[in-house]
Amino acid sequence: MSEEIKRKLKQTIFYTLIFIVVSWVLIPLIISALYAFASSSEYYNPNRIIPHSFTVSHIKTVLITLGALKGIKNSILVALLTITISFILGVPAGYSLAKFVFPLRDSIKLSIVGLKVFPLAIMAVPLVKLYIRLRLIDTLLGVALAHTVIALPYVIFITSSIFVGIPKEYEEAAMVFGLTRFGSFLRITLPLALPGLAAAAMFTFVMSWNEVFMAAVLTLHNRTLPAQILSLLAGATGGATPAYYKFAAAFIMILPAMLFVFFARKYLITMWGISLK
Amino acid sequence: MKWKSFLPYFLILPALAYLVFFIAYPLTQSFILIFKESDIQVLKVLTDRNFLMALKYTLALAVAIIPIQVALALILAVIMNKGFKGRDLALYALIIPLIISDVAGGLIWYSILAPYGFLNKVLINIGILDSPIYFFGYQFRNMEFLAIVLAELWRLTAPVFVMILAGLQMISKDYIEAAEVFGATYWIKLRRIIFPLLKPTLQTVLLIRTIWSMQIFGIVWVLAGRDIPVLAGEAYYQMTELKNYGVASIYVLVIATLSILLGALYLKFLKAEYLEVKT
Repeated sequence: MSEEIKRKLKQTIFYTLIFIVVSWVLIPLIISALYAFASSSEYYNPNRIIPHSFTVSHIKTVLITLGALKGIKNSILVALLTITISFILGVPAGYSLAKFVFPLRDSIKLSIVGLKVFPLAIMAVPLVKLYIRLRLIDTLLGVALAHTVIALPYVIFITSSIFVGIPKEYEEAAMVFGLTRFGSFLRITLPLALPGLAAAAMFTFVMSWNEVFMAAVLTLHNRTLPAQILSLLAGATGGATPAYYKFAAAFIMILPAMLFVFFARKYLITMWGISLK
Repeated sequence: MKWKSFLPYFLILPALAYLVFFIAYPLTQSFILIFKESDIQVLKVLTDRNFLMALKYTLALAVAIIPIQVALALILAVIMNKGFKGRDLALYALIIPLIISDVAGGLIWYSILAPYGFLNKVLINIGILDSPIYFFGYQFRNMEFLAIVLAELWRLTAPVFVMILAGLQMISKDYIEAAEVFGATYWIKLRRIIFPLLKPTLQTVLLIRTIWSMQIFGIVWVLAGRDIPVLAGEAYYQMTELKNYGVASIYVLVIATLSILLGALYLKFLKAEYLEVKT
Protein backbone atom coordinates (compact mmCIF):
# COMPACT_ATOMS: atom_id res chain seq x y z
CA MET A 1 0.00 0.00 0.00
CA SER A 2 2.75 2.42 0.95
CA GLU A 3 4.51 1.59 -2.33
CA GLU A 4 1.35 2.63 -4.14
CA ILE A 5 1.20 5.95 -2.26
CA LYS A 6 4.88 6.56 -2.90
CA ARG A 7 4.37 5.98 -6.63
CA LYS A 8 1.39 8.32 -6.71
CA LEU A 9 3.32 10.98 -4.82
CA LYS A 10 6.26 10.71 -7.21
CA GLN A 11 3.93 11.02 -10.17
CA THR A 12 2.23 14.08 -8.69
CA ILE A 13 5.56 15.82 -8.09
CA PHE A 14 6.67 14.95 -11.62
CA TYR A 15 3.55 16.39 -13.23
CA THR A 16 3.68 19.47 -11.02
CA LEU A 17 7.19 20.14 -12.30
CA ILE A 18 6.09 19.70 -15.91
CA PHE A 19 3.16 22.00 -15.26
CA ILE A 20 5.44 24.70 -13.81
CA VAL A 21 7.83 24.54 -16.77
CA VAL A 22 5.03 24.64 -19.34
CA SER A 23 3.40 27.56 -17.50
CA TRP A 24 6.72 29.42 -17.46
CA VAL A 25 6.73 29.23 -21.25
CA LEU A 26 3.05 29.83 -21.90
CA ILE A 27 2.10 32.52 -19.34
CA PRO A 28 4.16 35.37 -20.90
CA LEU A 29 2.71 34.47 -24.32
CA ILE A 30 -0.87 34.40 -23.09
CA ILE A 31 -0.50 37.54 -20.98
CA SER A 32 1.12 39.58 -23.76
CA ALA A 33 -1.62 38.45 -26.18
CA LEU A 34 -4.37 39.36 -23.68
CA TYR A 35 -2.81 42.76 -22.95
CA ALA A 36 -2.48 43.41 -26.69
CA PHE A 37 -6.29 43.31 -26.87
CA ALA A 38 -7.05 44.91 -23.50
CA SER A 39 -8.64 48.34 -23.60
CA SER A 40 -6.29 50.99 -22.23
CA SER A 41 -8.38 51.67 -19.11
CA GLU A 42 -8.26 47.97 -18.29
CA TYR A 43 -4.51 47.82 -18.76
CA TYR A 44 -3.87 50.82 -16.53
CA ASN A 45 -6.21 49.53 -13.82
CA PRO A 46 -3.85 48.03 -11.21
CA ASN A 47 -6.53 45.68 -9.92
CA ARG A 48 -7.30 44.11 -13.30
CA ILE A 49 -4.80 41.28 -13.65
CA ILE A 50 -6.80 39.60 -16.40
CA PRO A 51 -8.57 42.18 -18.58
CA HIS A 52 -12.34 41.82 -19.05
CA SER A 53 -13.06 44.03 -22.03
CA PHE A 54 -11.16 43.73 -25.27
CA THR A 55 -10.55 45.88 -28.31
CA VAL A 56 -8.73 45.52 -31.63
CA SER A 57 -7.91 49.23 -31.76
CA HIS A 58 -4.28 48.79 -30.61
CA ILE A 59 -3.64 46.21 -33.29
CA LYS A 60 -5.29 48.51 -35.83
CA THR A 61 -3.16 51.49 -34.75
CA VAL A 62 0.05 49.48 -35.03
CA LEU A 63 -0.94 48.05 -38.38
CA ILE A 64 -2.20 51.21 -40.05
CA THR A 65 -1.09 54.36 -38.21
CA LEU A 66 2.37 53.04 -37.33
CA GLY A 67 2.65 51.36 -40.72
CA ALA A 68 3.27 47.79 -39.62
CA LEU A 69 1.19 46.60 -42.54
CA LYS A 70 3.88 47.77 -44.93
CA GLY A 71 6.49 46.15 -42.71
CA ILE A 72 4.60 42.86 -42.89
CA LYS A 73 4.47 43.08 -46.68
CA ASN A 74 8.21 43.82 -46.82
CA SER A 75 9.01 41.02 -44.40
CA ILE A 76 7.02 38.50 -46.43
CA LEU A 77 8.72 39.60 -49.68
CA VAL A 78 12.17 39.42 -48.10
CA ALA A 79 11.43 35.98 -46.66
CA LEU A 80 10.13 34.68 -50.01
CA LEU A 81 13.18 36.05 -51.82
CA THR A 82 15.45 34.49 -49.19
CA ILE A 83 13.73 31.13 -49.61
CA THR A 84 14.03 31.33 -53.39
CA ILE A 85 17.70 32.29 -53.46
CA SER A 86 18.79 29.94 -50.69
CA PHE A 87 16.89 27.02 -52.26
CA ILE A 88 18.30 27.63 -55.74
CA LEU A 89 21.78 27.56 -54.24
CA GLY A 90 21.21 25.20 -51.34
CA VAL A 91 19.18 22.31 -52.75
CA PRO A 92 21.81 21.27 -55.34
CA ALA A 93 24.52 21.64 -52.71
CA GLY A 94 22.56 19.51 -50.24
CA TYR A 95 21.93 16.92 -52.93
CA SER A 96 25.61 16.85 -53.78
CA LEU A 97 26.62 16.30 -50.15
CA ALA A 98 23.98 13.61 -49.72
CA LYS A 99 24.40 11.54 -52.87
CA PHE A 100 28.05 11.76 -53.86
CA VAL A 101 31.26 10.73 -52.22
CA PHE A 102 34.09 12.97 -53.39
CA PRO A 103 37.40 14.26 -52.10
CA LEU A 104 37.05 17.42 -50.00
CA ARG A 105 33.47 16.47 -49.15
CA ASP A 106 34.12 16.26 -45.42
CA SER A 107 36.11 19.48 -45.26
CA ILE A 108 33.45 21.33 -47.26
CA LYS A 109 30.83 19.96 -44.89
CA LEU A 110 32.81 20.97 -41.85
CA SER A 111 33.43 24.50 -43.09
CA ILE A 112 29.71 24.94 -43.79
CA VAL A 113 29.00 23.74 -40.25
CA GLY A 114 31.42 26.38 -39.02
CA LEU A 115 29.58 29.07 -40.97
CA LYS A 116 26.40 28.43 -39.04
CA VAL A 117 27.89 30.18 -36.05
CA PHE A 118 29.22 33.05 -38.17
CA PRO A 119 27.96 36.34 -36.74
CA LEU A 120 26.02 38.20 -39.40
CA ALA A 121 26.95 41.52 -37.83
CA ILE A 122 30.45 41.25 -39.33
CA MET A 123 28.99 41.89 -42.76
CA ALA A 124 27.11 44.99 -41.70
CA VAL A 125 29.50 47.87 -42.33
CA PRO A 126 31.14 46.68 -45.59
CA LEU A 127 27.78 45.54 -46.93
CA VAL A 128 26.26 48.97 -46.36
CA LYS A 129 29.12 50.51 -48.37
CA LEU A 130 28.90 47.90 -51.11
CA TYR A 131 25.12 48.28 -51.30
CA ILE A 132 25.37 52.04 -51.64
CA ARG A 133 27.61 51.52 -54.67
CA LEU A 134 25.38 48.83 -56.16
CA ARG A 135 22.20 50.77 -55.35
CA LEU A 136 21.02 47.86 -53.25
CA ILE A 137 20.78 49.91 -50.07
CA ASP A 138 17.26 50.19 -48.67
CA THR A 139 16.01 47.49 -51.05
CA LEU A 140 14.29 44.27 -50.14
CA LEU A 141 16.58 42.28 -52.44
CA GLY A 142 19.57 43.59 -50.51
CA VAL A 143 18.15 42.39 -47.20
CA ALA A 144 17.24 39.02 -48.74
CA LEU A 145 20.79 38.57 -50.07
CA ALA A 146 22.11 39.14 -46.54
CA HIS A 147 19.52 36.79 -45.00
CA THR A 148 20.52 34.12 -47.50
CA VAL A 149 23.97 34.06 -45.91
CA ILE A 150 22.48 32.84 -42.61
CA ALA A 151 19.83 30.66 -44.20
CA LEU A 152 22.04 28.89 -46.76
CA PRO A 153 24.12 26.68 -44.41
CA TYR A 154 20.91 25.51 -42.73
CA VAL A 155 19.17 24.86 -46.05
CA ILE A 156 22.17 22.85 -47.27
CA PHE A 157 22.19 20.72 -44.14
CA ILE A 158 18.47 20.19 -43.86
CA THR A 159 18.07 19.29 -47.54
CA SER A 160 21.10 17.02 -47.49
CA SER A 161 19.70 15.10 -44.52
CA ILE A 162 16.37 14.83 -46.35
CA PHE A 163 18.06 13.46 -49.49
CA VAL A 164 20.14 11.00 -47.46
CA GLY A 165 16.86 9.54 -46.22
CA ILE A 166 15.71 8.71 -49.76
CA PRO A 167 17.32 5.43 -50.96
CA LYS A 168 19.45 5.95 -54.05
CA GLU A 169 18.12 2.64 -55.41
CA TYR A 170 14.95 4.54 -56.39
CA GLU A 171 16.89 6.89 -58.63
CA GLU A 172 19.00 4.06 -60.00
CA ALA A 173 15.89 2.09 -60.85
CA ALA A 174 14.48 5.12 -62.66
CA MET A 175 17.71 5.52 -64.60
CA VAL A 176 17.60 1.86 -65.59
CA PHE A 177 14.21 2.60 -67.11
CA GLY A 178 15.70 5.36 -69.22
CA LEU A 179 15.41 8.56 -67.22
CA THR A 180 18.42 10.85 -67.03
CA ARG A 181 19.96 11.64 -63.66
CA PHE A 182 18.20 15.03 -63.65
CA GLY A 183 14.96 13.43 -64.82
CA SER A 184 15.04 10.85 -62.07
CA PHE A 185 15.78 13.55 -59.51
CA LEU A 186 12.83 15.57 -60.79
CA ARG A 187 10.39 12.65 -61.00
CA ILE A 188 11.47 10.46 -58.08
CA THR A 189 13.59 12.15 -55.44
CA LEU A 190 12.05 15.62 -55.47
CA PRO A 191 8.44 14.51 -54.92
CA LEU A 192 9.57 12.26 -52.05
CA ALA A 193 11.55 15.11 -50.53
CA LEU A 194 8.78 17.66 -50.93
CA PRO A 195 7.27 17.59 -47.42
CA GLY A 196 10.71 17.93 -45.87
CA LEU A 197 11.62 20.73 -48.26
CA ALA A 198 8.40 22.53 -47.39
CA ALA A 199 9.33 22.35 -43.73
CA ALA A 200 12.81 23.65 -44.55
CA ALA A 201 11.21 26.53 -46.44
CA MET A 202 9.10 27.41 -43.42
CA PHE A 203 12.20 27.24 -41.25
CA THR A 204 13.93 29.70 -43.58
CA PHE A 205 10.85 31.90 -43.55
CA VAL A 206 10.84 32.14 -39.76
CA MET A 207 14.56 32.86 -39.67
CA SER A 208 14.23 35.72 -42.15
CA TRP A 209 11.00 36.98 -40.55
CA ASN A 210 12.78 37.23 -37.19
CA GLU A 211 16.15 38.70 -38.22
CA VAL A 212 16.50 42.27 -37.12
CA PHE A 213 20.11 43.51 -37.06
CA MET A 214 20.91 43.37 -40.78
CA ALA A 215 17.40 44.40 -41.76
CA ALA A 216 17.63 47.48 -39.55
CA VAL A 217 21.09 48.44 -40.77
CA LEU A 218 20.45 47.92 -44.49
CA THR A 219 17.11 49.70 -44.77
CA LEU A 220 15.67 53.07 -43.95
CA HIS A 221 12.27 53.40 -45.63
CA ASN A 222 11.69 49.84 -46.81
CA ARG A 223 11.91 48.35 -43.35
CA THR A 224 10.95 44.78 -42.53
CA LEU A 225 8.57 44.30 -39.62
CA PRO A 226 11.11 43.65 -36.82
CA ALA A 227 13.35 46.50 -38.02
CA GLN A 228 10.37 48.82 -38.08
CA ILE A 229 9.18 47.76 -34.64
CA LEU A 230 12.71 48.13 -33.31
CA SER A 231 13.03 51.70 -34.50
CA LEU A 232 9.49 52.65 -33.47
CA LEU A 233 9.06 51.01 -30.11
CA ALA A 234 12.46 50.25 -28.66
CA GLY A 235 15.28 52.23 -27.16
CA ALA A 236 15.11 55.95 -26.57
CA THR A 237 12.24 56.63 -28.99
CA GLY A 238 10.16 53.78 -27.62
CA GLY A 239 10.04 54.98 -24.02
CA ALA A 240 7.01 57.17 -24.60
CA THR A 241 5.04 54.62 -26.58
CA PRO A 242 2.06 53.24 -24.66
CA ALA A 243 2.81 49.70 -23.49
CA TYR A 244 -0.20 48.11 -25.17
CA TYR A 245 1.18 49.08 -28.59
CA LYS A 246 4.27 47.07 -27.74
CA PHE A 247 2.15 44.03 -26.92
CA ALA A 248 0.12 44.48 -30.08
CA ALA A 249 3.36 44.62 -32.08
CA ALA A 250 4.65 41.45 -30.38
CA PHE A 251 1.38 39.70 -31.17
CA ILE A 252 1.59 40.66 -34.84
CA MET A 253 5.19 39.44 -34.99
CA ILE A 254 4.67 36.02 -33.41
CA LEU A 255 1.40 35.10 -35.12
CA PRO A 256 2.93 33.75 -38.39
CA ALA A 257 5.61 31.93 -36.44
CA MET A 258 2.95 30.27 -34.28
CA LEU A 259 1.19 29.07 -37.43
CA PHE A 260 4.53 27.63 -38.53
CA VAL A 261 4.83 25.63 -35.29
CA PHE A 262 1.36 24.32 -35.84
CA PHE A 263 1.92 23.19 -39.43
CA ALA A 264 5.49 22.01 -39.13
CA ARG A 265 5.29 20.52 -35.63
CA LYS A 266 6.01 17.04 -36.94
CA TYR A 267 9.34 18.16 -38.38
CA LEU A 268 10.26 20.80 -35.86
CA ILE A 269 12.32 18.78 -33.41
CA THR A 270 14.16 16.78 -36.08
CA MET A 271 14.86 19.90 -38.08
CA TRP A 272 16.20 21.86 -35.15
CA GLY A 273 18.15 18.79 -34.12
CA ILE A 274 19.82 18.71 -37.54
CA SER A 275 20.23 22.41 -37.91
CA LEU A 276 21.70 23.10 -34.52
CA LYS A 277 24.30 20.37 -34.54
CA MET B 1 32.11 9.84 -68.37
CA LYS B 2 34.51 12.40 -67.00
CA TRP B 3 31.92 15.10 -66.36
CA LYS B 4 30.36 12.80 -63.83
CA SER B 5 33.20 13.23 -61.39
CA PHE B 6 32.76 17.00 -61.69
CA LEU B 7 29.03 16.89 -61.05
CA PRO B 8 29.15 17.04 -57.23
CA TYR B 9 31.50 20.04 -57.36
CA PHE B 10 29.38 21.70 -60.00
CA LEU B 11 26.32 21.34 -57.75
CA ILE B 12 27.96 22.65 -54.61
CA LEU B 13 30.07 25.41 -56.14
CA PRO B 14 27.44 28.17 -56.48
CA ALA B 15 26.48 27.88 -52.80
CA LEU B 16 30.11 27.86 -51.70
CA ALA B 17 31.01 30.81 -53.90
CA TYR B 18 28.09 32.78 -52.47
CA LEU B 19 29.11 32.10 -48.90
CA VAL B 20 32.78 32.78 -49.52
CA PHE B 21 31.98 36.09 -51.20
CA PHE B 22 29.63 37.32 -48.48
CA ILE B 23 32.01 36.37 -45.72
CA ALA B 24 35.46 37.00 -47.16
CA TYR B 25 34.60 40.33 -48.78
CA PRO B 26 33.20 42.00 -45.65
CA LEU B 27 35.96 40.63 -43.44
CA THR B 28 38.74 41.99 -45.64
CA GLN B 29 36.89 45.26 -46.11
CA SER B 30 36.51 45.64 -42.34
CA PHE B 31 40.22 45.14 -41.87
CA ILE B 32 41.01 47.67 -44.58
CA LEU B 33 38.64 50.14 -42.95
CA ILE B 34 40.38 49.68 -39.62
CA PHE B 35 43.88 49.97 -41.07
CA LYS B 36 42.85 53.25 -42.66
CA GLU B 37 42.12 54.52 -39.19
CA SER B 38 45.25 55.44 -37.31
CA ASP B 39 46.45 53.12 -34.58
CA ILE B 40 45.79 55.81 -32.04
CA GLN B 41 42.19 56.06 -33.15
CA VAL B 42 41.70 52.29 -32.83
CA LEU B 43 43.36 52.30 -29.44
CA LYS B 44 41.16 55.20 -28.39
CA VAL B 45 38.03 53.24 -29.26
CA LEU B 46 39.26 50.08 -27.56
CA THR B 47 40.05 51.91 -24.32
CA ASP B 48 36.96 54.09 -24.51
CA ARG B 49 34.56 53.82 -21.59
CA ASN B 50 31.66 52.99 -23.94
CA PHE B 51 33.56 50.09 -25.42
CA LEU B 52 34.68 48.70 -22.08
CA MET B 53 31.15 48.94 -20.68
CA ALA B 54 29.74 47.20 -23.77
CA LEU B 55 32.33 44.43 -23.50
CA LYS B 56 31.67 44.12 -19.76
CA TYR B 57 27.90 43.87 -20.15
CA THR B 58 28.09 41.46 -23.10
CA LEU B 59 30.29 39.12 -21.06
CA ALA B 60 28.31 39.66 -17.85
CA LEU B 61 25.06 38.74 -19.60
CA ALA B 62 26.67 35.59 -21.02
CA VAL B 63 27.96 34.59 -17.58
CA ALA B 64 24.62 35.32 -15.91
CA ILE B 65 22.52 33.49 -18.49
CA ILE B 66 24.41 30.56 -19.98
CA PRO B 67 25.19 28.32 -16.95
CA ILE B 68 21.61 28.48 -15.65
CA GLN B 69 20.24 28.03 -19.15
CA VAL B 70 22.31 24.96 -19.99
CA ALA B 71 21.60 23.36 -16.61
CA LEU B 72 17.87 24.00 -17.04
CA ALA B 73 17.88 22.68 -20.60
CA LEU B 74 19.79 19.57 -19.53
CA ILE B 75 17.30 18.76 -16.78
CA LEU B 76 14.40 19.36 -19.15
CA ALA B 77 15.97 17.19 -21.85
CA VAL B 78 16.51 14.29 -19.43
CA ILE B 79 12.89 14.55 -18.28
CA MET B 80 11.52 14.87 -21.80
CA ASN B 81 13.58 11.94 -23.05
CA LYS B 82 11.37 9.66 -20.96
CA GLY B 83 7.99 8.60 -22.20
CA PHE B 84 5.05 9.83 -20.17
CA LYS B 85 1.44 10.73 -20.68
CA GLY B 86 1.09 14.17 -22.22
CA ARG B 87 4.76 14.31 -23.27
CA ASP B 88 4.06 15.45 -26.83
CA LEU B 89 1.85 18.26 -25.65
CA ALA B 90 4.44 19.44 -23.11
CA LEU B 91 7.11 19.23 -25.81
CA TYR B 92 5.15 21.45 -28.23
CA ALA B 93 4.68 24.02 -25.51
CA LEU B 94 8.37 23.98 -24.59
CA ILE B 95 9.60 24.55 -28.14
CA ILE B 96 7.34 27.51 -28.93
CA PRO B 97 10.07 30.04 -28.01
CA LEU B 98 12.20 28.56 -30.83
CA ILE B 99 10.30 30.64 -33.31
CA ILE B 100 10.03 33.87 -31.31
CA SER B 101 12.46 36.61 -32.31
CA ASP B 102 14.55 38.60 -29.88
CA VAL B 103 12.50 41.74 -30.53
CA ALA B 104 9.18 39.97 -29.93
CA GLY B 105 10.62 38.15 -26.90
CA GLY B 106 11.63 41.45 -25.36
CA LEU B 107 8.21 42.99 -25.98
CA ILE B 108 6.49 39.91 -24.54
CA TRP B 109 8.52 40.13 -21.34
CA TYR B 110 7.69 43.80 -21.10
CA SER B 111 4.07 42.73 -20.59
CA ILE B 112 5.13 40.75 -17.52
CA LEU B 113 7.59 43.22 -15.98
CA ALA B 114 6.19 46.66 -16.90
CA PRO B 115 4.93 48.90 -14.05
CA TYR B 116 1.38 47.86 -14.99
CA GLY B 117 2.55 44.43 -16.09
CA PHE B 118 1.36 41.05 -14.96
CA LEU B 119 3.93 40.49 -12.20
CA ASN B 120 3.35 43.82 -10.47
CA LYS B 121 -0.44 43.49 -10.69
CA VAL B 122 -0.35 40.00 -9.20
CA LEU B 123 2.03 40.92 -6.38
CA ILE B 124 0.07 44.06 -5.50
CA ASN B 125 -3.26 42.24 -5.55
CA ILE B 126 -1.98 39.41 -3.35
CA GLY B 127 -0.76 42.07 -0.96
CA ILE B 128 2.96 41.36 -1.14
CA LEU B 129 3.71 44.78 -2.62
CA ASP B 130 2.31 48.24 -2.00
CA SER B 131 3.84 49.89 -5.04
CA PRO B 132 5.11 48.34 -8.25
CA ILE B 133 8.69 47.14 -8.73
CA TYR B 134 10.30 49.15 -11.52
CA PHE B 135 12.28 47.12 -14.03
CA PHE B 136 12.83 49.80 -16.65
CA GLY B 137 14.59 53.14 -16.84
CA TYR B 138 18.23 54.20 -16.45
CA GLN B 139 18.03 54.47 -12.66
CA PHE B 140 16.87 50.84 -12.47
CA ARG B 141 19.72 49.46 -14.57
CA ASN B 142 20.28 46.42 -12.38
CA MET B 143 16.64 45.51 -12.76
CA GLU B 144 16.92 45.97 -16.53
CA PHE B 145 19.81 43.54 -16.46
CA LEU B 146 17.62 41.08 -14.56
CA ALA B 147 14.80 41.58 -17.07
CA ILE B 148 17.15 40.75 -19.97
CA VAL B 149 18.38 37.64 -18.13
CA LEU B 150 14.80 36.46 -17.54
CA ALA B 151 13.74 37.10 -21.11
CA GLU B 152 16.78 35.33 -22.55
CA LEU B 153 16.27 32.38 -20.20
CA TRP B 154 12.71 32.21 -21.43
CA ARG B 155 13.51 32.51 -25.13
CA LEU B 156 16.79 30.71 -25.71
CA THR B 157 16.42 27.76 -23.33
CA ALA B 158 14.28 26.12 -26.04
CA PRO B 159 17.01 25.77 -28.72
CA VAL B 160 19.56 24.65 -26.12
CA PHE B 161 17.03 22.11 -24.87
CA VAL B 162 16.37 20.81 -28.38
CA MET B 163 20.09 20.43 -29.12
CA ILE B 164 20.62 18.45 -25.91
CA LEU B 165 17.51 16.36 -26.53
CA ALA B 166 18.81 15.51 -30.02
CA GLY B 167 22.11 14.47 -28.43
CA LEU B 168 20.30 12.31 -25.87
CA GLN B 169 18.31 10.56 -28.57
CA MET B 170 21.51 9.62 -30.36
CA ILE B 171 22.74 7.60 -27.38
CA SER B 172 22.27 3.96 -28.27
CA LYS B 173 19.65 2.12 -26.25
CA ASP B 174 22.02 -0.88 -26.11
CA TYR B 175 24.26 0.77 -23.51
CA ILE B 176 21.31 1.56 -21.31
CA GLU B 177 19.82 -1.90 -21.67
CA ALA B 178 23.18 -3.46 -20.85
CA ALA B 179 23.32 -1.37 -17.68
CA GLU B 180 19.80 -2.47 -16.80
CA VAL B 181 20.81 -6.11 -17.15
CA PHE B 182 23.42 -5.46 -14.48
CA GLY B 183 20.77 -3.89 -12.27
CA ALA B 184 21.73 -0.22 -12.59
CA THR B 185 19.29 2.22 -11.00
CA TYR B 186 18.04 5.30 -12.82
CA TRP B 187 20.62 7.55 -11.18
CA ILE B 188 23.51 5.24 -11.94
CA LYS B 189 22.42 5.02 -15.57
CA LEU B 190 22.25 8.79 -15.71
CA ARG B 191 25.61 9.39 -14.05
CA ARG B 192 27.67 6.55 -15.44
CA ILE B 193 26.29 6.18 -18.95
CA ILE B 194 24.15 9.05 -20.18
CA PHE B 195 26.18 12.02 -18.93
CA PRO B 196 29.58 10.75 -20.12
CA LEU B 197 28.13 9.96 -23.55
CA LEU B 198 26.44 13.35 -23.65
CA LYS B 199 29.64 15.27 -22.94
CA PRO B 200 30.54 16.06 -26.60
CA THR B 201 27.00 17.34 -27.20
CA LEU B 202 27.18 19.52 -24.10
CA GLN B 203 30.51 21.00 -25.17
CA THR B 204 29.14 21.85 -28.61
CA VAL B 205 25.96 23.33 -27.15
CA LEU B 206 27.91 25.43 -24.69
CA LEU B 207 30.10 26.84 -27.46
CA ILE B 208 27.25 27.60 -29.88
CA ARG B 209 25.32 29.27 -27.11
CA THR B 210 28.37 31.34 -26.10
CA ILE B 211 28.92 32.45 -29.71
CA TRP B 212 25.28 33.54 -29.88
CA SER B 213 25.70 35.52 -26.69
CA MET B 214 28.46 37.64 -28.25
CA GLN B 215 25.86 38.94 -30.75
CA ILE B 216 23.10 39.73 -28.25
CA PHE B 217 21.24 42.78 -29.55
CA GLY B 218 17.50 42.91 -30.15
CA ILE B 219 16.33 41.87 -26.71
CA VAL B 220 18.68 44.36 -25.02
CA TRP B 221 17.68 47.13 -27.39
CA VAL B 222 13.97 46.52 -26.69
CA LEU B 223 14.20 46.16 -22.92
CA ALA B 224 17.01 48.54 -21.99
CA GLY B 225 18.11 50.53 -25.04
CA ARG B 226 21.62 51.85 -24.38
CA ASP B 227 21.17 51.76 -20.59
CA ILE B 228 22.79 48.35 -20.82
CA PRO B 229 25.36 48.77 -23.62
CA VAL B 230 26.35 45.62 -25.51
CA LEU B 231 28.83 45.20 -28.38
CA ALA B 232 26.29 44.63 -31.16
CA GLY B 233 24.06 47.39 -29.81
CA GLU B 234 26.91 49.91 -29.82
CA ALA B 235 27.87 48.84 -33.35
CA TYR B 236 24.27 49.44 -34.44
CA TYR B 237 24.20 52.81 -32.68
CA GLN B 238 27.51 53.95 -34.18
CA MET B 239 26.37 52.90 -37.63
CA THR B 240 22.77 54.12 -37.75
CA GLU B 241 22.78 57.14 -35.44
CA LEU B 242 26.32 58.52 -35.72
CA LYS B 243 27.24 57.16 -39.19
CA ASN B 244 30.61 56.38 -37.64
CA TYR B 245 31.50 53.41 -39.82
CA GLY B 246 35.12 53.12 -38.66
CA VAL B 247 34.16 52.82 -35.00
CA ALA B 248 31.31 50.46 -35.84
CA SER B 249 33.81 48.26 -37.71
CA ILE B 250 35.98 47.99 -34.64
CA TYR B 251 33.04 46.88 -32.49
CA VAL B 252 31.98 44.39 -35.12
CA LEU B 253 35.48 43.01 -35.48
CA VAL B 254 35.69 42.48 -31.73
CA ILE B 255 32.47 40.43 -31.94
CA ALA B 256 33.96 38.57 -34.92
CA THR B 257 37.24 37.85 -33.16
CA LEU B 258 35.48 36.52 -30.06
CA SER B 259 33.15 34.41 -32.24
CA ILE B 260 35.92 33.06 -34.47
CA LEU B 261 38.02 32.04 -31.47
CA LEU B 262 35.04 30.28 -29.95
CA GLY B 263 34.08 28.89 -33.36
CA ALA B 264 37.53 27.38 -33.83
CA LEU B 265 37.06 25.58 -30.53
CA TYR B 266 33.64 24.46 -31.70
CA LEU B 267 35.01 22.95 -34.90
CA LYS B 268 37.74 21.20 -32.92
CA PHE B 269 35.17 19.58 -30.64
CA LEU B 270 32.92 18.74 -33.54
CA LYS B 271 35.73 16.98 -35.34
CA ALA B 272 36.43 14.97 -32.22
CA GLU B 273 32.76 14.07 -32.09
CA TYR B 274 32.71 12.96 -35.74
CA LEU B 275 35.69 10.72 -35.17
CA GLU B 276 34.21 9.20 -32.04
CA VAL B 277 31.09 8.26 -33.90
CA LYS B 278 33.06 6.73 -36.76
CA THR B 279 35.29 4.45 -34.69
